[in-house]
Amino acid sequence: MDALDAVLLARLQFAFTIGVHIVFPAFTIGLASYLAVLEGLWLWTGDDRYIDGFRYWLKIFALTFGMGVVSGIVMTYQFGTNWSVFSDKAGPVVGPLMGYEVLSAFFLEAGFLGIMLFGMKKVGRGLHFAATLIVAAGTLFSAFWILSVNSWMQTPAGHGIDAAGRFVPEDWWAIVFNPSFPYRLVHMVLAAYLSTAFIVGAVGAFHLLREHTNGAARIMFSNAMWMAALVAPLQLVAGDLHGLNTLEHQPAKIAAIEGHWESRAGAPLYLFGLPDMQAERTDYALAVPHLGSLILTHEWEGEVPGLSDFAAEDRPYAPLIFWTFRMMVGIGLAMIAVGLWSLWLRWKGRLYDDRRLLRTVLLMGPAGLVALLAGWITTEAGRQPWTVYGLLRTVDSASPIAAPAVASSLAVLVVVYVVVFGAGIYYLLHMMGIRPHHGEEGPHRGTPVRSAGITPEASLAERGATP
Amino acid sequence: MTGFAFDLPTVWALLVAFAVLTYVLLDGFDLGVGLLFPWIGDGEERDLAMNSIAPVWDGNETWLVLGGGGLFAVFPLAFAIVMPALYAPLIAMLTGLIFRGVAFEFRWRGERGRPWWDRGFFLGSLAATLAQGIALGALVQGIEVEGRAYAGGWWDWATPFSLLTAIALVVGYALLGATWLVMKTEGRLHDRALAAARPLAFATLASIAAVSAWTAFLDPVYMQRWLAWPALLYSAPMPIATGLAGWLLIQGLAAGRDVRPFLAAQSIFVLCFVGLGIGFYPYILPHDVTIHDAAAPDSSLIFLLVGAAVLIPLILAYTAHAYWVFRGKVDPRAGYH
Repeated sequence: MDALDAVLLARLQFAFTIGVHIVFPAFTIGLASYLAVLEGLWLWTGDDRYIDGFRYWLKIFALTFGMGVVSGIVMTYQFGTNWSVFSDKAGPVVGPLMGYEVLSAFFLEAGFLGIMLFGMKKVGRGLHFAATLIVAAGTLFSAFWILSVNSWMQTPAGHGIDAAGRFVPEDWWAIVFNPSFPYRLVHMVLAAYLSTAFIVGAVGAFHLLREHTNGAARIMFSNAMWMAALVAPLQLVAGDLHGLNTLEHQPAKIAAIEGHWESRAGAPLYLFGLPDMQAERTDYALAVPHLGSLILTHEWEGEVPGLSDFAAEDRPYAPLIFWTFRMMVGIGLAMIAVGLWSLWLRWKGRLYDDRRLLRTVLLMGPAGLVALLAGWITTEAGRQPWTVYGLLRTVDSASPIAAPAVASSLAVLVVVYVVVFGAGIYYLLHMMGIRPHHGEEGPHRGTPVRSAGITPEASLAERGATP
Repeated sequence: MTGFAFDLPTVWALLVAFAVLTYVLLDGFDLGVGLLFPWIGDGEERDLAMNSIAPVWDGNETWLVLGGGGLFAVFPLAFAIVMPALYAPLIAMLTGLIFRGVAFEFRWRGERGRPWWDRGFFLGSLAATLAQGIALGALVQGIEVEGRAYAGGWWDWATPFSLLTAIALVVGYALLGATWLVMKTEGRLHDRALAAARPLAFATLASIAAVSAWTAFLDPVYMQRWLAWPALLYSAPMPIATGLAGWLLIQGLAAGRDVRPFLAAQSIFVLCFVGLGIGFYPYILPHDVTIHDAAAPDSSLIFLLVGAAVLIPLILAYTAHAYWVFRGKVDPRAGYH
């Protein structure tokens, strides 16, 4: 029992630290691309409102990037502290992939962030735009490696197992591009874009509610609504394809998400229900006939799996992921609705005038991040009881560390994270509360910014040139 | 394997050791500035001390992640044994580094929070340094291994020896910080740092002597390694070279030189690191797990080596460039704020 508690605490610790961490890189990925779009539009149209928006979000980007780096350092070490058996066994496969993530992130920090943040006057517009594009590509490259690691744990491929029980890489191409990787990468990048769009949209809406004619706020709001109208439906398609892939490779996860116990043809979709792991049934189910099969197999009478097909010790915990999945999908559908609403108002020429839409979008500011977290809980808790799916159990992956040690480190991390990232989020919200204005300035020169990178001389070099 | 030069685990051991040494040399002095913070006058002096490390500290910490990430990627067995063995010190180090990292940025965001973030900067630096010193001591005294896992308890790292190494590292980093400030600043901060550097220099040399002597008696294997042929060729000049560096350091401080004390202090760290390396080799965890035991299969080592061979020289070049750009004294008026 004691060992189980230590494992559960280690899982909670991982869930907590990665849950805090993922918010920052997701926002960073989306914002980096958005900044590239804003700068591109500015260069193309010469409209200064775009560069005002660029400089406004650049300051927020700098702080977000810094917090992503800080919270990420803990993650690497946690593989060793709490999951040492996993590190020993899976290290030869996942270690080098994460090594590439670290190297590419630092390469970026070293070279291009400083230019992007502070170097506009120094290097000229063209080169500066190139730096912005490279930073945006670099954040995607980081995501590429990390999602490859995660996907390999979900759908392992390209490896052998040696005498010591270690996973040994045999075909790196098959490891990196494992079966669930392309779907997960697309789904996650779109999620990062949508999360960012709704934050940008909420900030735009907030300032439009106070100053109806604010140019930069209008651009933010309009861009965000285009994203909701175009990318949210695209995400629905990507999510559907990802679901089909999961059905193929991790049917137990799908059964738990659906709350299905018996495999059957023409299965219903439960809109509501309380899966009961002991009684092996889903109580208070509100069912739509055949819809489950239709969604999962794209056929009216399609065969879908049930949890009873799997041994009790191989089942993920359905009561959790049944609901996190519905939360994610519900928010996704709400995003599509907002997108359609905005299209209608845009067509009527009243996009900025309807205060109900502005208020709704303001309320939905954190919705994307909530959906993203719910989605990650679904896929990660749905991977249980395995760390490497079907091959290495979670209980066999943990460190030989007693529960009190894991509990105290969890407590310490919670306190530190609340203070540090609480302050960071406070500073971020404070920056978002400042009204965007014409002649917006970039990040305050001369203020140490972590994300100024490991060669931030650009931040100082330019100061001499400005009054 | 066609010989030493192409033995991948050895190549990677040298790379990881290089990353760790670079980390100690670089982050050592900026952690040291944090350790000295309570003795640096409030206001302008603290701002100046911060400004002297602001452009470089993030890059310095990069090497810790390269070292830790490298260990995971290429020596997963060593990573899997060391991390649980050093559980509490590692958590302390990480939280310390988090606090200190954000304190750097947050202290400029408002007058009200500044005293608190300054305290966080000192305490974070102290926690990180103590934890690193304890980790060093715990590694040297040996970690209990059974099969492929750590077999000790979660307080095994706490011994009188690891306490000594922790204090020694605090003294040593403080010396690096003080000599850095001597080199990079002028005026009252410079004088204060110079006054602190002298006793710290003596304390550092005394700590090195104490740790070395204790290590030799801790495990006879260390003594054998240091005195074995041909290692003796390298280990015998070590105390002499360290003594010489110590003399240059103390003499440089007495003569009021700016750069020499810092370089001499850095050389002392390099010499100690090399001495440690001779005591360790060919083990990665003395004296249980060798470099070859711990290494991932060659397919893993080659895969990452390709990227490292391209990117590490680039990162080094950027880093050198940053230090070159910021050479000389920090101008109190033109620094950060």
